[in-house]
Amino acid sequence: MSNQGANELNTSATPVLEVRNVTKIFPGVVANEDVSLSLHQGEILALLGENGAGKSTLMNIIFGLYHPTHGEILVNGQPVVMKTPRDAIKLGIGMVHQHFQLVPVMTVTDNIMLGDESVKAGMLDRRAVAARIRELSQRYALEVNPDAVIEDLPVGVRQRVEILKALYRNARILILDEPTAVLTPQEIEGLFDVMETLRRQGESIIFITHKLKEVLRIADRIMVLRGGRVVGEADPKRATQQQLASMMVGREVILTVDKGPAQPKEVVLNVQELKATNDLGEPALRGVSFQVRAGEIVGVAGVQGNGQTELVEVITGLRKADAGRIQISGADMTNASPRRITHDGKSSHVPEDRHAYGMVDSYSIADNLVLNQYYLPPFAKAATIQQRAIAEHAKALVEKFDVRTPSIYTHGGSLSGGNQQKMVVAREFSRPIQLLIAAQPTRGIDVGSIEFIHNQIVAKRDEGVAVLLVSAELDEIMALSDRIAVMYKGEIIDIVDRADATREGLGLLMAGVKHEPAQ
Amino acid sequence: MNASSLRRIGQMLLIPILAVFTALVVGALVMWIFGDDPLAAYRGLINGAFGSPRAWSTTIRKMTPLILTGLSVAVAFKAGLFNIGASGQFIIGTVCSVAVGINFAGLPVFIHLPLAMLAGVAGGMLWGFIPGVLKVFTGAHEVIVTIMLNYVASLFAGWTVYAGGTQGQTPGPLWDTAAGPISRTPEVFESARIPWIFGDPYRIHWGVVLALAVALLMWWIIFKTTLGFATRTVGANNKAARYAGINVKWITILTMMIAGGLAGLAGAIETLGLNHRFAPEFTGGVGFDGITVALLGQTNPLGVVLSAFLLGALDAGGARMQFDSGVAADIIQVIQALVLAFVAAPMIIRQLYRLRKPSDQIESTVFSSGWGR
Repeated sequence: MSNQGANELNTSATPVLEVRNVTKIFPGVVANEDVSLSLHQGEILALLGENGAGKSTLMNIIFGLYHPTHGEILVNGQPVVMKTPRDAIKLGIGMVHQHFQLVPVMTVTDNIMLGDESVKAGMLDRRAVAARIRELSQRYALEVNPDAVIEDLPVGVRQRVEILKALYRNARILILDEPTAVLTPQEIEGLFDVMETLRRQGESIIFITHKLKEVLRIADRIMVLRGGRVVGEADPKRATQQQLASMMVGREVILTVDKGPAQPKEVVLNVQELKATNDLGEPALRGVSFQVRAGEIVGVAGVQGNGQTELVEVITGLRKADAGRIQISGADMTNASPRRITHDGKSSHVPEDRHAYGMVDSYSIADNLVLNQYYLPPFAKAATIQQRAIAEHAKALVEKFDVRTPSIYTHGGSLSGGNQQKMVVAREFSRPIQLLIAAQPTRGIDVGSIEFIHNQIVAKRDEGVAVLLVSAELDEIMALSDRIAVMYKGEIIDIVDRADATREGLGLLMAGVKHEPAQ
Repeated sequence: MNASSLRRIGQMLLIPILAVFTALVVGALVMWIFGDDPLAAYRGLINGAFGSPRAWSTTIRKMTPLILTGLSVAVAFKAGLFNIGASGQFIIGTVCSVAVGINFAGLPVFIHLPLAMLAGVAGGMLWGFIPGVLKVFTGAHEVIVTIMLNYVASLFAGWTVYAGGTQGQTPGPLWDTAAGPISRTPEVFESARIPWIFGDPYRIHWGVVLALAVALLMWWIIFKTTLGFATRTVGANNKAARYAGINVKWITILTMMIAGGLAGLAGAIETLGLNHRFAPEFTGGVGFDGITVALLGQTNPLGVVLSAFLLGALDAGGARMQFDSGVAADIIQVIQALVLAFVAAPMIIRQLYRLRKPSDQIESTVFSSGWGR
């Protein structure tokens, strides 16, 4: 159950961090049970587990945000008690949260010194701090301009600022909580380079994730958590994705999607010469044309920020089209209201950002499951909400889509990410539709849920639904799509059949390289 | 389900009750510091609010407009809007209802009275429509616009009853020519007055029943209708509301109009039921008190009734308290301000009484995007 074997193997050096038999009980829930782990200097320990497996609770205990019910924590062999994160920071523990803790309107320097300001003669000593940042970024190959304002920086660079913030506070142990969830493939590579440099410099890293490929790529040692307990350890040199997935989920998991050939029929979604701008008023779509037929999945690949987000928003009525035409089953839906597109266009939309668009955190699961149908019978009669029908609907969907929740009246916001996404999918997949628009449908969720959602998408296709799939994960696009459209700088640079698509070819297209001359 | 909804109600009531209790304790402390006798003061307060049929009638009379202005603010909160304009909407409601009430002699009660009330509601709705439309189409924040409109309303109302100057300036259109130099309107016709339930000396009119009915109606609309669902969704997550096909612009404008209409109705009821005329000194203090009422009532229409009752009682008991114990009635203002502070900053109360976070789940994040939730 625990990792005593590993401890004995590494007795030569005292672990920089040791967790001994930690149990954390919340009222009614055991979040961690008898968890032990050790971290050695210059090691990257991957902590693998599904959402809700207790990874975050464990890390919050190590970072002083929670206090263990039983068990103890040792830093450099000394038992320690951490009352607040401040104590953890003093002990050289730094944490990079999944959701960055940065002030967008302030500079890198200001953000890094926030809470630990250098003062000279009563004034902030920005110059000294900036110099220290430059020195750190040189030593750890973390390229950052100390004077840049956070909101101007891409996500990958913001993450570097978070890491620098921890290093600035002399962290020797870094906890990275799902650091790759928000990054593009290129940024992930950049992060891994940084992690390798950090390891070389003697930093110790706990890397929390549920992405198997990344774990095998970067970790020195893998620990798998399930249901709050350590279910095993693995050596990345020998383990396979399949084994890790089975350990995480507790059963056999099929990583490839099993699907037959597509049988495309009539055109459902017809997009012609679509143009639109982004939030800053810059052109985001520069004349996009494509069609999706009933019974096929068209995947939209591309590096994030090439217009995919705007494309989905325009098709679903959330953003205005400046030019061009959108038809759903022949009916003109250009700049139609979201309700008309959903209702008259018989379409579903799994939004890219589920927290912003897909759900209301403070609403119950039952209410979230009728978010865009609350006004229709049987959920409403004569403009009156029918609680009983909504409850029955929720019970059926929670069961069918395996949303893990204590009750249908639980707030949507308190579910784990995977279960929130299942809730959104349950709502969008459970009504009769002819068009499904799924944007990043598996972002930030666990293997078991990904498998489930992929199978649901294929099932919809086989029912004769036209599916538009937008994803930043090339693997997902390759696994699900029948045709693949690649977006580059607001245009569809090419559409290829899945059978003709290779990872390399798509990669080139994503970088804007096309062999035949564009027409 | 039943036990959990009971627990939910308990949790909702916990903070307001502790806030009021704490405000009373701090108020007592203040009195004690200034050498007053807080026990005598509170005894007087309770006597003045509940000690006799007369006291009860004062409490109910004070409560009536507070229910409506409290609802006005609470309903806006549900759509994520902060209506600080209940005061101005109240004044406009007053002026409009008086304008109808002092005209149209000879109309029967069942036409004249509803007409005058509707005029008040319509005036308030207009005063809510303006900030709503400005927010939707120009992005002007409703807090700023409603504050400004409060001044406009109060100056406009003053002009309508202006008695004219000694240099022969034109008097306002609603000025009572019989009032000489006094700026006020004539009394509204008998046919435009809300009838008494209990006449002198109790002076309770049917407006209180109407206010309670409106509170029930609002509760039903907010929690039981599709319009309420849409409104709450807009307030809870604007983007998700758009995604769900809700017309956020329309809901924003409509909610501000309803909020304005409620405050306007408060003005109409107060005038047609009690004052029977308008004079500049009848301004919208109850409009601002509506903010306290709404927050103390946790923006729930039924909670608003309870908190309006409590604030009405505090108001009603103040005079007696001053008479009995010699403590200045101004201490009531201090207590009300403390109540507002404690409900607006519930962390103080949670810290003070070592309450745990109100969630039944672990690791739930509280995303509060504004006031009143």
